[in-house]
Amino acid sequence: MFEKIFFLLCLSTALAEQLCRPEASDGYRVRLSIKTALGDEAYVWNDNEMFLFRATLAFAMRNQISGQEFEVSNIIVCDETPRVSFWFVVTSPQNTSQLVDKESVEEAVRKSRNRINSAFLLTDKTLEFIGIPPTLAAPVNPDTPPWLIVFGLVMGAVGAGIIVLLASSVVQKKRKNDEKPDDEEIDEETRVKTVENSAASEGIYNRSFSDDERFTHM
Amino acid sequence: MKLKLPNPGLDNRIPSHGDLEKMEKEEAGDRPKWDNKAQYLLTCVGFCVGLGNVWRFPYLCQSHGGGAFMIPFLILLVLEGIPLLHLEFAIGQRLRKGSVGVWRSINPYLTGVGIASLIVSFLVGMYYNTIMAWIMWYLFNSFQNPLPWSQCPLNANRTGLVEECARSTTVDYFWYRETLNTSADIEESGGLQWWMVLALVSAWTLLYVCCIRGIETTGKAVYITSTLPYVVLTIFLIRGLTLKGSVEGIKFLFTPDVNELMNPATWLDAGAQVFYSFSLAFGGLISFSSYNSIHNNCEQDAVLISIINGCTSVYSATVIYSIIGFRATQKYDDCMGNNIFKLMNAFNYPENTITESNYDQILVQLNQTSPHIIQGLDLQTCDMQFFLSQGVEGTGLAFIVFTEAIIKMPFSPLWAVLFFIMLFCLGLSTMFGNIEGVVVPLQDLRVLPRTWPKEVFCGLTCLISFAFGLIFALRSGNYWLALFDNFAGSIPLLVIGFCEMIAVIYIYGVDRFNEDIEFMIGHKPNIFWQVTWRVVSPVIMIFILVFYFVTQVTKSLTYLVWDQEAESFPTLEPRPYPSFVYVIIFILAGVPSLAIPAFAFFKFIQKKCCKQKDYSENTVDTISAKIQMTFSVKY
Repeated sequence: MFEKIFFLLCLSTALAEQLCRPEASDGYRVRLSIKTALGDEAYVWNDNEMFLFRATLAFAMRNQISGQEFEVSNIIVCDETPRVSFWFVVTSPQNTSQLVDKESVEEAVRKSRNRINSAFLLTDKTLEFIGIPPTLAAPVNPDTPPWLIVFGLVMGAVGAGIIVLLASSVVQKKRKNDEKPDDEEIDEETRVKTVENSAASEGIYNRSFSDDERFTHM
Repeated sequence: MKLKLPNPGLDNRIPSHGDLEKMEKEEAGDRPKWDNKAQYLLTCVGFCVGLGNVWRFPYLCQSHGGGAFMIPFLILLVLEGIPLLHLEFAIGQRLRKGSVGVWRSINPYLTGVGIASLIVSFLVGMYYNTIMAWIMWYLFNSFQNPLPWSQCPLNANRTGLVEECARSTTVDYFWYRETLNTSADIEESGGLQWWMVLALVSAWTLLYVCCIRGIETTGKAVYITSTLPYVVLTIFLIRGLTLKGSVEGIKFLFTPDVNELMNPATWLDAGAQVFYSFSLAFGGLISFSSYNSIHNNCEQDAVLISIINGCTSVYSATVIYSIIGFRATQKYDDCMGNNIFKLMNAFNYPENTITESNYDQILVQLNQTSPHIIQGLDLQTCDMQFFLSQGVEGTGLAFIVFTEAIIKMPFSPLWAVLFFIMLFCLGLSTMFGNIEGVVVPLQDLRVLPRTWPKEVFCGLTCLISFAFGLIFALRSGNYWLALFDNFAGSIPLLVIGFCEMIAVIYIYGVDRFNEDIEFMIGHKPNIFWQVTWRVVSPVIMIFILVFYFVTQVTKSLTYLVWDQEAESFPTLEPRPYPSFVYVIIFILAGVPSLAIPAFAFFKFIQKKCCKQKDYSENTVDTISAKIQMTFSVKY
């Protein structure tokens, strides 16, 4: 009895090993770069972590193919390297000697990529599925380009500045034109006065320079 | 040298010392004045310190032997820059006119010098403000996170990145495709790029609002535009020094290579840099100093501004190279990281067994054991020197290298905004001088009615420059700008500068000039000024002019093209100019230079055939004429 169980176990392991061969058609290579991602807080890769991986992948397969109940035993792993990279294949729960095809596995991984990454605290770059390129994040494209908004603000300020400056110079000019006749009067007075002062020291004041008419306005 | 060319009637054309004292006392309201000395100094510093200090000097310094470049630079600064600067300041302050007025006063045949300055200021202003438009475009785009030049857009069916962007870098793509949308040839002009036109509009209107009333408005604007760059440079220095690898950059910049001093190109470049850096021969400095009071100490100003300009060049070189050192270190680390990753993945070594220190050892080992795998990996050679010397001049520095460094720093939008505001202020204060060098001669030439206010002159200048400047908003605009930069802003300035020296020293007369300076600042210029003005500076200028001319004419004229189909993509490919461009080069470089003799000839013809019409500047020496003068001084 025990020999039978032992024999079956050996057989299944042997079968599993046969199913899982590196570079075989229906599997993928996984590569983890834990130390690169986490630095000092890196965890050690051991069998428990491998168990988590197999469980996560089973979860991804269940999400993809509804109805079929994938178990941890359906995820077969081989060719582990110290790099922390290994090959895995997925067997169908109905028939353990048959592999699930590549496309379904790829779809499953793609769909649940985020969840798989976060289970290991890794990113698309540090948890690589070789052959499954990560979906690129679309660049952020706001509806109104932000530069137009800033442009509008700047132009508004500049336009207001131009209008204010032009208007103030027009107003200044008008004021100057209004003041000019008054200015001329005052100027005439002062000029006459200076002539008067110097004339007082020099001699006779020549009245021909002053205009009597303008004084009477005072 | 007591050589003096005959110059009849000079006293009738210029105000005498007595007139100047009277004008000073009565505070003639006709001519604008500076509110205070600080405004004048800041405006001159702003005009001199420009984009060239930030993106031309550091490159020259590094490529011509680092710390050793300081020697020719300082020598030529003292022997060429300071004398010319003092000369322009003194003659402007003495004759109290813009560039055309000054040269016309010295001798009507010399009006061509002023007109050449006007043409050069106009042409340079056109393309310089386009660079300002580019800076504004980048500034507008810096107010978002993530910055637009940090990501490549996806291609049409969203399977990967746009090919052009994937083959080059994100910053290259943003500059050449999304900003310039450059064509592959100067002949393919493409159409006007609407976003570039908008940026040009904003640059010209902003310039207009600052220059609208001449120094009344620019004098206020320079308080910000001349001081802000220094603040930002200091912030960047502090930030830069805290980044990894910045010291590498500074070491790379200043490591002296004394052998470069033997190379004549080093001295030529140093001389040219000093000359262009001081914004001489544009006419703007003469204008600015003509608004000074008559007894302003122009000698002190010249020395002070020269020192500030030199120090700013060195300071900004340090800051720029600290950031470049950071970028180079990042790129080197990325490159090495990639190589190490490839090796680890190929041979399945655990992580962190291969580091930068044992990389070479292990590579050699592996090459011996399994060379075919190594070859298949396509490992890149990571050379720190290569990264440090990449594209560190001109627009390439600001819009490609520096922007790449910025996206690697934390809080990138902040640094981007600061950097482009700094560049904008540097350029804007230089544009003030350019506009001054165009508007004031136009007013002096009386091309338009005198009653038109300054706002209209300024507005017309900005509008016409903008209209012509639309050529730079075409798809081939970048190539046109490089053409303008190489030819409009180089040889004509050297010619004008040389003519200025000859005009003041030998036509105006160095004796009269010495007396004027004694009248203005209280003592005669000492032996240093005499020697440099009379002999040393003109000789240096001739040397530089001749060598420059010879190097430009002998080398085959090519321009660098961004062409996806070229083999060397993403490196720029040199391509020869088409033949029609030679005509344009002749117009750009030849017209201003030839304007000087052409105008002299024109005046000669005018005098010969229309003798009776010449009543422009000769005032009759009568009492009634003197009273006329008192009138004009009052109002």
